[in-house]
Amino acid sequence: MARLHVMERSDAQVVMDGLHEALGKRMAVSSLAPCPVEFTAAYVEMCKTQSCGKCTPCRVGLGVLHDLLEDVLENRADEETLTLIERTAETIYLSADCAIGYEAGQMALTAIRGFRDDFEHHVQKHACGFTQSQLVPCVSGCPAGVDIPGYISLVEEGRYTDAVRLIRKDNPLPVVCGLVCEHPCEMHCRRGMVDDPMNIRGLKRFACEHMETDYRPGVAEPTGKRVAVVGGGPAGLSAAYYLTLMGHKATIFESRHHLGGMLRYGIPAYRLPREELDGEIGWLLGCGIEASVDSPVDAEGLERLMADYDSVYFAIGAHTDRKLGLEGEDSEGVISAVQMLRSIGDGVNPDFTGQRVSVIGGGNVAMDVARSALRCGAEKVTIIYRRRIADMTAQDAEIAGAQAEGCEVLELHAPLSIQTDDAGHVTGVITQPQIIGGPQRGRPAPRAAEADQYVVPCERVLVAIGQAIDSKPFEDMGIPCKRGAIVVDEDSAVPGFTGLFAGGDCQTGPATVIRAINAGKVAAANIDHHLGFDHKITLDVDLPPVQFKGKTLCARCEMTEREAAERVRDFDNVENGLTSEEAHQEASRCLRCDHFGFGAFRGGRIEQW
Amino acid sequence: MVKLTIDDREVEVPEHTTILEAAASAGIVIPTLCYLKDLNEIGACRVCVVEVEGIDQLVASCNNYVLDGMVVRTNSPKVRAARKTNVEFILSQHDSECTSCVRSGNCSLQTLANDLGISSLPYEKHLSHDAWDQSFPLIRNNDKCIKCLRCIQVCEKVQSTGVWDITNRASHACVNVKSGLDISATDCALCGQCITHCPTGALRERDDTDRVFDALADPDKICVVQIAPAVRAAWGEPFGLTHEQATVKRLVSALRPMGFDYIFDTDFSADLTIMEEASEFLERVGAASKDDSIRFPMFTSCCPGWVRFIKSHHPELLDQVSTSKSPQQMFGAILKSYYAELLGVDPHRIFSVSIMPCLAKKSECALPNMNDACGDPDVDVVLTVREVDRMIRAEHVDVASLEESEFDMPLGVGTGAGVIFGATGGVMEAALRSAYHFITGDEPDPDAFSDVRGLDGWKEATFDLAGTTLHVAVASGLGNAERLIQALESGEVSYDFVEIMACPGGCAGGGGQPIHDGQELAGERGDVLWGLDKVSDLRLSYQNPSIVACYDEYLEKPLSAKAERLLHTDQHAWLMPDEEGK
Repeated sequence: MARLHVMERSDAQVVMDGLHEALGKRMAVSSLAPCPVEFTAAYVEMCKTQSCGKCTPCRVGLGVLHDLLEDVLENRADEETLTLIERTAETIYLSADCAIGYEAGQMALTAIRGFRDDFEHHVQKHACGFTQSQLVPCVSGCPAGVDIPGYISLVEEGRYTDAVRLIRKDNPLPVVCGLVCEHPCEMHCRRGMVDDPMNIRGLKRFACEHMETDYRPGVAEPTGKRVAVVGGGPAGLSAAYYLTLMGHKATIFESRHHLGGMLRYGIPAYRLPREELDGEIGWLLGCGIEASVDSPVDAEGLERLMADYDSVYFAIGAHTDRKLGLEGEDSEGVISAVQMLRSIGDGVNPDFTGQRVSVIGGGNVAMDVARSALRCGAEKVTIIYRRRIADMTAQDAEIAGAQAEGCEVLELHAPLSIQTDDAGHVTGVITQPQIIGGPQRGRPAPRAAEADQYVVPCERVLVAIGQAIDSKPFEDMGIPCKRGAIVVDEDSAVPGFTGLFAGGDCQTGPATVIRAINAGKVAAANIDHHLGFDHKITLDVDLPPVQFKGKTLCARCEMTEREAAERVRDFDNVENGLTSEEAHQEASRCLRCDHFGFGAFRGGRIEQW
Repeated sequence: MVKLTIDDREVEVPEHTTILEAAASAGIVIPTLCYLKDLNEIGACRVCVVEVEGIDQLVASCNNYVLDGMVVRTNSPKVRAARKTNVEFILSQHDSECTSCVRSGNCSLQTLANDLGISSLPYEKHLSHDAWDQSFPLIRNNDKCIKCLRCIQVCEKVQSTGVWDITNRASHACVNVKSGLDISATDCALCGQCITHCPTGALRERDDTDRVFDALADPDKICVVQIAPAVRAAWGEPFGLTHEQATVKRLVSALRPMGFDYIFDTDFSADLTIMEEASEFLERVGAASKDDSIRFPMFTSCCPGWVRFIKSHHPELLDQVSTSKSPQQMFGAILKSYYAELLGVDPHRIFSVSIMPCLAKKSECALPNMNDACGDPDVDVVLTVREVDRMIRAEHVDVASLEESEFDMPLGVGTGAGVIFGATGGVMEAALRSAYHFITGDEPDPDAFSDVRGLDGWKEATFDLAGTTLHVAVASGLGNAERLIQALESGEVSYDFVEIMACPGGCAGGGGQPIHDGQELAGERGDVLWGLDKVSDLRLSYQNPSIVACYDEYLEKPLSAKAERLLHTDQHAWLMPDEEGK
């Protein structure tokens, strides 16, 4: 008998670890699907398996809680059952000895309270009231509802122009999205249950880069109706495109010198090369959209447009910067991220040669300005963030990209003030080191650590703590706003202003490109309806028949990036597209949820909208 | 073309053919359960799985396509085991009390389980015991539902109604009334298509046979039965009779010994419907020049499923629906008035039964205002063809050996125009034949209006009626009706007169007809009806001598006050659940 022994993984433990990993993947891709009550019951049952059995609330409580949840599912429950369920979960939370029990109790409590309506629906109707959003998971996850399995099958067949055509049925900016979409679709991809989710954005980019020929969409008979679109960003462009296809005359009024909105004035060229952006905008204009740049629209101007046009779509985005509210913020050398990216967007790159730059913020825009600063010659770039890197809202790939290019991330430092010299020039950022704590509004909140203030010496400070909407003048003319964002009805119409519709960042607050695109699409449909028409945007591509291939394992092809040391010297695209070999392998991995699974029953695609 | 091997046989089929169809073309049968061609090719039951060389998992043959060089095995040990286990899974949630099931002997699950040699079940049984309103004409028993989802598909895709849905998820997934509503609170048209497309006994009509047996046994009751036109094209199917054998006269012989006192033909009241409806149409045309509240097209009203549909979905069009009652209800009203007088009996003693290929008629006869003759319901009980076939079986009558016998008089006389009421286009054609006569006074060629025949879901025709151009349309299947209405409302089309029947192909394909899983028999049965019309001596409703007598002796003339009271109805007099507020 050994007094001590080295821990070894038994064969069973290897299997156990594999199952845990598979379960994690499964859960990661299926959040759109389940019935809330089914899910809660399964969750409790899973927690039950982890109980060691020592303590009453966990050993017995989780069991009876699961039985009660089954009663709801088997239509044996009434209102009293729901009260009992809540009391049971609460007792487990309050009195369990270890996290296995009290965490299970609390999660159950969260579910029961959060899903209260769903529980009651089950009890009263003996049916689940949760909306069935799980038709095709990737499509359900895409705000614009792009026919993803459809275009992937076209890429697999080598029909790239058709793939782009199909995408443009729901999203007129496939080139842009192929480069910068945040791809919420991939988060839901069912292939993730097998090995890795599909590289959907990569396939979209590949299709756009390999179109066999250009084409023009069919345009409906002119209706004689004129629609003014205020703002030439993704929402405005999308609305104008679909309105044009529907036969209406759409005119964009853009306040800046170029169209594109945040695509140009927010996203740096190394992520969205200008020739790609210009090409896509040019293609859209070629469909018959009229655009007037350098044409800011103020409140009076908006009233004029509403009088002159049959309908107006208001999509001015969120382009004003937020202030830190710190001493020294107005010093020379402090620039807002919005200001800097706008200047770069108009082709004027600031010169930071030899300078040390501090970036304040932890979102994607902070990464964008940090990486742009390097490209503008900065000697050193420090990203100052008051939480941990793990708490940053920027995408992981953006943070990693910034770090790879040489940006320092100073986490857990809250800026206190901007240090200046006698002439008022920035000399540094004074920070207070932080310690991370419990959650506040969903994210761990930092507080001042018992440590001395710290100075980050620098000649420039870039403030990237978010953007706001310049809605004040419009609010003053009576347009309803809530915390600066335009308020609209379900159909994007602005209440109280007949014929005025609004959407995009100015309505949602700063959001993603694909959400803005969808806002434009939704507005186009509702404006068409408002104008008294029922034009349909239809599927005009034949799709290849589906083949069942059986389960084969094949990991995901990722897009590679140019070497950091090379790319940091220019504004050219950082990311390399998939090769043809990679794209075809990747496309063949698609499980075709439009044809198999629930898609087979409810129809895998929306043929027109 | 694609070449592949199925069970060692070379098969060549066009591209985009499913494995199931490719096998069928070579005479290889792959069993199915949820599959319904074009309507439900969803690979849900996994009974049709086959083995495809090179793929470890089994492939559903109903929704996977053939590929060049594919090697398929439809009955390998792997397939056989999976197929059997899947059926055992289904049986573990199925109430297999076949001895007390209306579909016993005509159940796809029963046949399949027997074929696969399942004699015991390895799994515990779990039945849901869902409650159901047993007074509703349509009965759902979820203990027999196998979740093939066909009822959802047919209701939604073919009938544009969408009563059914999957109402729970995961292992609790079940098919039930959408949103957990009570069935009587829905817009269910009672077309019964979900029943005729159900592979098991999960859906059926409310069984009213005991009420009829009780009445037959009651010496105080005078039991009278009417037989709808389309019944004669289908009633003999479950007995294995050919159409030549299964005549309506043989059905009369089967019913007579049950104790019915009088056996009549709904063809009579179909002719009566034509007299009223054609006159109503011509009256509306005439009045329209003075009264611009009269809108066209006028819609037929003989199909209660359609009436339920339009009341639920398009109540704004209800005034355009003819006020004429359905032939069933006209018959009932005449029976308990005119015929009671002829017999010299108290109409309250008459027990009025009708045999219909239809479920909606069960609800129609129970409407609160269908009691115009004597205050009692004009029709007491409606039996579907399936119910009357069950009654015949309960009598242990050898139908094949029965001699034919005649209907009773005078309400047993119908014309060919009445017979074709049972097929899509038939009401329109019958109406036009008589309308022509009403306008011109001449006798039309009975085949002059045959352009509206055929199984297309939406047909159009233009006729010249003594100088007046008449645009007519005929739709069957409520999905087609909905499309027609959409086109009317958007101004794409415009008609004067429109016939709608709720069931695809008309009553020949009615929801109360015998069930043959996977087969659509409306066309074949419709052909029987058109054939009967063709050989009829009388093919024009106004020439029916019993109709002539009925007007002479009782009703005076079409649209007379008496006719209005007995033969017409106020379509607004009752409400569908969601009709108000629309």
